[in-house]
Amino acid sequence: MRKAATVQELPGVSQSKTEVRSPAFAWSDLASRLRPYLYLAPALICFALFFFYPIGSIIYLSFQDWSLINLEQMEWVGLQNYQDLMVDGDFHQVLGNTVVFTIATVGIGLTLSFLLALWLNKKAKVYGIIQATVFSPHIISLVSVSMLWMWLMDPQFGLLNAGLEAVGLPAYTWLTDPKSSLLSLIIVSIWKVVGYNTLIFIAGLQSIPGDIYEAAALDQSPWWRTLRRITIPMLSPTIFFLLIINTITSFQAFDTIAIMTQGGPINSTNMLVYYIYQQGMDFYNGGIASAASVILLILVGILTAIHFLVMSKRVHYR
Amino acid sequence: MYRVVLASRKTVEWIGLLIVGFLFVFPFLWMASTAFKTMPEVLQFPPTLLPETWEWSNFAQAWESGPFHMFTWNSILVAVGILILQFLTAVPAAYAFARYKFPGRNLLFGLVLIVLMIPGQVIFLPIYVQLSGWGLINTLWSLILPYAASAFGIFLLRQAFMQVPDEVIEAARLDNASEWKIMWTIMVPMAKPVLVTFGLFSFIYHWNDYFWPLIMTNSDEARTLPIGISSLHMSDGGTLWNVMMAGNMILILPILVIFFVAQRHIIKAFIYQSK
Repeated sequence: MRKAATVQELPGVSQSKTEVRSPAFAWSDLASRLRPYLYLAPALICFALFFFYPIGSIIYLSFQDWSLINLEQMEWVGLQNYQDLMVDGDFHQVLGNTVVFTIATVGIGLTLSFLLALWLNKKAKVYGIIQATVFSPHIISLVSVSMLWMWLMDPQFGLLNAGLEAVGLPAYTWLTDPKSSLLSLIIVSIWKVVGYNTLIFIAGLQSIPGDIYEAAALDQSPWWRTLRRITIPMLSPTIFFLLIINTITSFQAFDTIAIMTQGGPINSTNMLVYYIYQQGMDFYNGGIASAASVILLILVGILTAIHFLVMSKRVHYR
Repeated sequence: MYRVVLASRKTVEWIGLLIVGFLFVFPFLWMASTAFKTMPEVLQFPPTLLPETWEWSNFAQAWESGPFHMFTWNSILVAVGILILQFLTAVPAAYAFARYKFPGRNLLFGLVLIVLMIPGQVIFLPIYVQLSGWGLINTLWSLILPYAASAFGIFLLRQAFMQVPDEVIEAARLDNASEWKIMWTIMVPMAKPVLVTFGLFSFIYHWNDYFWPLIMTNSDEARTLPIGISSLHMSDGGTLWNVMMAGNMILILPILVIFFVAQRHIIKAFIYQSK
């Protein structure tokens, strides 16, 4: 009896109901039905406590006036926090910075890594070494990456300005000038992300069947046409995946800002997560921070939804 | 003539490779070089490529500028603790998704995928409120518990478990092995490469994490290495770049060593995310 019940659960085994069931209530049957839920329970409880409940909670908190100092004092203010954000010039700038940072990082980062992948996708050992080298910043703590680039970008003693001076160019302001600070963060982020993208692109390139290229070669298709007609369309799932992942990661930018600029000078590098952190943890505006979190959550949620929709469609024509 | 063109193309290619490699490796070498310089040499112009005198004491100075033995110990506890908990929660969950049919399976797996895609940074405030209600702020628990389950781990292990042939499990069931035993003594060993891959991913991620410890802790007792290192540049009277870089060497060396040893696994772990 027990065996029949468990074999039935095997995927691939036909789900015939022919085995004889005892008329009495079968405890072992119930136990094996419950088993998968028991196995899932620890993980799902964690997700409920530290993911789904907080998502509900942040929406609730965004309608309250509250602060971390005294959590007992919560006051329902409806949409007031959102209205405050709408008219807050600083928040507009934060949104603008986030958008500029994201478009620049994702756009330049993806283009560079696509070109690198086309070039480095070769069997010889040296290409493997360069691939690993390009990838290495990705596994290093952003703390170290940030401090390293702060040192390279130091206006007086940094290597970048020493290099500029050596070739007769004027020193650059990098992080200290609101005109260049965001650009400096963009450079650091691209440096950090390019290796990861490149390796994902290479994995994508290697999954394209070789005979398509052979056919193209027989037709004497020029390389740019092969690229445009074969490589890019075949890579479109990879391009799309990286587009979504990179965008979500850019929205989350925090470590570089916290260590390199603290959002300054004059708010020029402040972005969404850092703004939420400042409002919540430094200025004790829990309500404002929550409302900004909900806006971020909606942005990331939309991207995730698009991702799922397109990816589930992709299953059909694959 | 053709041969000359070919040779020069190859030279150009090699020069290009060198430049690309240089762009990504040199900053780290510069960090190492600075970590060994004396402060006057750090501020010297033009900068020296290699230290003229090797100042090993920078490392001691970085280490002694705070309770770094405690930060390191906390970092190890947190990264390893998270790893063990994620392993214990992911294996049964992945087994259930991979090997059972049950009502609600697709829905529950959809929830896991949502967790995988939405970053925890978006909801750190309510988690902070919740943990402070439980009195866990400023403890290592506040760093470990929110990561006790990994959607990525479940996703990865599920794929590995699905690839184990049915015959293996049927044979074990005929031998009257319990489901629990099949899971831990047959499935887990067969998924070892994936487990290593996931373990490396998780360890590196949490070893490097700065955001979560910064939010959840404010006393040294519960802080981790990245926080300790990041506080190095707040010294008064000019930045001690050499000490700062020495501190960062301490933070990145374990990861670099792991990377050299297990490079293929690590790259696989991070690339798996795209599947």
